[in-house]
Amino acid sequence: MSATGVTERLPRLLSLVPYLIARPGIRVAEAAADFGISERQLRRDLELLWMCGLPGYGPGDLVDLSFSGDTVSVTEDAGMRRPLRLTTAEATALLVALRTLAETPGVADTAAVRRATAKIEHAVGDATPTGLAVDLGPIDLGVGESATATTIREALTAGRALRIRYYTAGRDAVSQRTVDPMRLLIADGRGYLEAWCRRAEGVRLFRLDRVDDVLVLAEPAAPPPDAEPTDVSEGPFRPRAEHRSAVLQLEPEARWVAEYYPVEEVVEVDGGRARVLLRYADPDWLVRLVLGLGGGARLLEPADLVEVIGQRARAALAAGGGAG
Amino acid sequence: MYRLLEPPDCPRSPRAGPYDADVSSVRAERLVNLVLCLLSTRQFLSAERIRAIVPGYADAPGDASFFRMFERDKTELRELGIPLETGRNSGFDTVDGYRIARGDYELGEIHLEPDEAAAVALAARLWESPELADAAHGALVKLRAAGVEVDDDRSRIQPRVGATEAAFAPLLAAVQAGRVVSFDHRRGGPAGEVTRRTVEPWGVVSWRGRWYLVGHDRDRDAPRSFRVSRILEPVTPTGRTGAVRVPAGVDLMAMVRHNVEPPPVTGVARVWVAAGRAQGLRRLGRRRGPRTLDGRPGEELELDLRSLETVARWLSGHGPDVIVLHPEELAAAVRANWAAAAAAHARPVHHPVPTGAPG
Repeated sequence: MSATGVTERLPRLLSLVPYLIARPGIRVAEAAADFGISERQLRRDLELLWMCGLPGYGPGDLVDLSFSGDTVSVTEDAGMRRPLRLTTAEATALLVALRTLAETPGVADTAAVRRATAKIEHAVGDATPTGLAVDLGPIDLGVGESATATTIREALTAGRALRIRYYTAGRDAVSQRTVDPMRLLIADGRGYLEAWCRRAEGVRLFRLDRVDDVLVLAEPAAPPPDAEPTDVSEGPFRPRAEHRSAVLQLEPEARWVAEYYPVEEVVEVDGGRARVLLRYADPDWLVRLVLGLGGGARLLEPADLVEVIGQRARAALAAGGGAG
Repeated sequence: MYRLLEPPDCPRSPRAGPYDADVSSVRAERLVNLVLCLLSTRQFLSAERIRAIVPGYADAPGDASFFRMFERDKTELRELGIPLETGRNSGFDTVDGYRIARGDYELGEIHLEPDEAAAVALAARLWESPELADAAHGALVKLRAAGVEVDDDRSRIQPRVGATEAAFAPLLAAVQAGRVVSFDHRRGGPAGEVTRRTVEPWGVVSWRGRWYLVGHDRDRDAPRSFRVSRILEPVTPTGRTGAVRVPAGVDLMAMVRHNVEPPPVTGVARVWVAAGRAQGLRRLGRRRGPRTLDGRPGEELELDLRSLETVARWLSGHGPDVIVLHPEELAAAVRANWAAAAAAHARPVHHPVPTGAPG
């Protein structure tokens, strides 16, 4: 092992004795799992600790352990009763993760997350990261969000299938689906349920704030064994083969579209305009987007949708023009 | 009923010789003994005294070798966050000694309820970057050692933050070190314009689930905030540690909110939507009941007005499926959108798909 071996091992060695003091007679396998190491490595660590102690190094000064079957206990602790404080890096990683969870309602019980955050901040004291600010104020995601999220978490834990009423923004439609939950995840600052959708016969991500109603079914969740988790490293939107592409020319005031939606190419045109290649699944969605942008965006391709947008705009002017 | 790990057929310590030839195990054992020794003393212990009593240092072949070994060990302890104190017991001491104050070393008392412990276990699994994942795991190990029962067996709930936050760790490190940073900042989507920015970082701020770097933008000579997900790696720290001064009274959160906070509700709009259409609007608004307009069945909705422009965009997207009933400014804005869209899409136009490098 290299020096990095010591850097990795020493914190564990210093934690092991207090850990065992708190859990007399714990199974060696369980302790190894908690430390994320093999049973063999844990036994090596215990052998090493058994050689350590206080100056004098007499019988009462050394760490002593007792084994019974496959369990272990500490009988002499040599003054190692508490673990070392968290480093700033450790406190940062944990507290930032907790705050991220607190800010993404649905993925975890946010009340418990907040209580845990306060306790850990108190315990780490000086190691509390500086230069970080997190808004833990209430987040307005609509009524009912937290009740559905709680139900989804319970179904996941219990391994049960769900019947959900879900709003699909792409099709601007609400549908009922039976899904086999796989996991909850956070992508791009939002909580998602990843599940096998029985209707689509595929793995889908459901935005938690778009699940309008949920019913836990008696049957177990049974995603097919070959259901692959979604790679969200590039964001929750994954281009699929069936997606088509549109070419849009954006006026300066509508350039935010290129930041908000997944675009594949951005070409600067004169006058601060940009021409983008946008992937879309549903033609109606594209028509709504362009129509809503007014003159801010001009669809260049596909030509049939250019025609549809013109027709819809003229029909709207004819129908709603006089109402007020 | 108890048996020892190994039969005590040899004296345990001080070591007669290594029981295995693993150099790093020898060092790890010496370091544990050093920590225990320094924790147990109230007196500052000189290096020579430590050399005499802590097993392992006696193996050093000479003074120079011992001091080299001891310096490395001190560095190792400090890097692990062990509060190694230096000082002298009295004016008669000629050299500095060392000790570890137990109160500074030990993690404070902490007790977590089961639901809080479950939240901590989830949080520790949040990171995908190895650096942050390891640090979170290190924190979990210490919490468990403090007696907290963290049940990590909820494999079905796997929160993950996408790799979009790769720049987070180096930015936070720069904030904490007070160092100026340079990075490439991408405007817009994956192919957006990239510019080099040099920033005096003041803080990293999370707002509505998204991270922002807040600081003084040297290129613009003004305070700015940047979405962390749009900052490309590598983030290069420049200049000396502690060079960045955060102005007194600066409110990091307010700087981000100022940029992205939605405006307050200024009024209520009433709209008609055709039957079975505009489901998203129905979710956003309050339903006021069925209504037939110009012979078409539908429903009347009430929507909070924050930005007239935004609501006009939502509404005009639905074309003839919506009609604005109130207020007239909104109806006019929607009509203007339709008129502009009609003009921009008067007849099919053919343009080539963009090619070539973005820029």
